[in-house]
Amino acid sequence: MTVDETIRQVLAEHGRLAVSVDALSDDTDLFGAGMTSHASVNVMLALEDAFDFEFSEKMLKKSTFESIGAIRTGVLEMTGG
Amino acid sequence: MSAAAPETLRVGMDLVSVEEVAESVDHFGDRYVARLFTPHEIETCRTDDAAACGRDAYAVDSLAARFAAKEAVVKVLRPIEMQPDWRSIEIHRMTGGWCEIRLSGQAAELAAEAGIGELTVSLSHEASVAGAVVVGRCTQRERGV
Repeated sequence: MTVDETIRQVLAEHGRLAVSVDALSDDTDLFGAGMTSHASVNVMLALEDAFDFEFSEKMLKKSTFESIGAIRTGVLEMTGG
Repeated sequence: MSAAAPETLRVGMDLVSVEEVAESVDHFGDRYVARLFTPHEIETCRTDDAAACGRDAYAVDSLAARFAAKEAVVKVLRPIEMQPDWRSIEIHRMTGGWCEIRLSGQAAELAAEAGIGELTVSLSHEASVAGAVVVGRCTQRERGV
């Protein structure tokens, strides 16, 4: 499974989005698509499980989880990809 | 002689689904709890059953109310970019049963920048939903929009 596929699976399972993950583009605002702050915590924890790392404190900001593209950037930064 | 900065009030409120918090505790366990809540909050919300796990280990409605309060505090602090660590906002239960807000780290820095010297909170929860309202007294000129 690719990084993007894993991110989309995590969002589908934990993002509690108001729209289908398939309808999201790279830069769709996930908070605008219905993801709450609490859901973003679940997404963060599920990403850590899926990619086996822990987000650094400086990455724990809203913008890290605001879109699929932003999440990919954060994941690649943390995994050295 | 310069005039004292006028006092303003900021209000934040939030609602959280108790079931969503329960599902998170079931799925992520103590890791979820430890990333969001301070040791005092965890102790306050632990059930008496030391052998319990998942949602049975915590008063999940109380956890949900505390998360709602933290989010309400964030709305009062109005961070532009930095999201304060959830644990830098503590909902401290007093002996009498009411709660106070204690800030540390990033949240305390944001409050100081905004001139917020006092925060008060009210929590409430029913079976399905928990909520909180936070009022902050601000003695600094508002940032531009």
